[in-house]
Amino acid sequence: MARMKFLCDAERCIECNGCVTACKNENEVPWGVNRRRVVTINDGVIGAEKSISVACMHCSDAPCMAVCPVDCFYKTADGVVLHDKDLCIGCGYCFYACPFGAPQFPQAGAFGLRGKMDKCTFCAGGPEEDKSEAEFKKYGRNRLAEGKLPACAEMCSTKALLGGDGDVIADIYRERVARRGSKGAEAWGWGSAYGQPPKGAGGAAPGVAPSSPAGGKS
Amino acid sequence: MIRRLLLAVSVVCLGGCMEVEQVSNAQKQAGQTVRRDTNPWNNEPLAAGPKWNKGDRTSWEEQIKKRQLAQHEHRRIYQ
Repeated sequence: MARMKFLCDAERCIECNGCVTACKNENEVPWGVNRRRVVTINDGVIGAEKSISVACMHCSDAPCMAVCPVDCFYKTADGVVLHDKDLCIGCGYCFYACPFGAPQFPQAGAFGLRGKMDKCTFCAGGPEEDKSEAEFKKYGRNRLAEGKLPACAEMCSTKALLGGDGDVIADIYRERVARRGSKGAEAWGWGSAYGQPPKGAGGAAPGVAPSSPAGGKS
Repeated sequence: MIRRLLLAVSVVCLGGCMEVEQVSNAQKQAGQTVRRDTNPWNNEPLAAGPKWNKGDRTSWEEQIKKRQLAQHEHRRIYQ
């Protein structure tokens, strides 16, 4: 049974924003709503600048789903977290609960008007009839129903962003890291994430960001 | 007699002031309200596009796995 996930390789992402554009174009996402965005840290610092493409991660135990007071979220058989805009009341609880900032709210009007929540659907549409006009207008394209993967991952020029069954894309990434050789285990962030000290203790290992410039940009 | 009748009527009327128990014993089960989405493999494949047997989950998963592996340039290019 497939469990659909995204995986972004920070070693490959070149901040081209092709994924953001592909998502916007494919789903005709309105102005002010970004289902996907590229986050860059250490912007402009040579050797330390890293980018990653972020959207809904379709969590296995999704906090947005847990906190929704009207229970408008549901999970498909492939593990994609979707929601029903007819039930959503636009309260914003999911936005506060999500660690990735995935839920978006259209703010087209004055006085902090907040519409119904919009987020990445893994290009799986919503609860409306598959491939119908109503589904497209509310949720965007249903590429999974067409046998395709999300547009952002399929459009990624460097294949930094992988989308699909968690097992399959994890295998791709693992093999890629193994082929990268010495840059595999020392890949940026790997040591801090898994508690392995970088080689040559005392100085910054190749590919490891210096601690001083910690500016962020999204 | 009238006093007893008034007393009985007032008791009945006061009964309307009682509050109905509103506590539910059932705990909230997230993700249980929306139940009207269809599975992607239940769709007819497009004329020009990936093919699978309508309603067959296995064949849909097989073709989507092939598509996932196309993201792996080492396999796509060198094999």
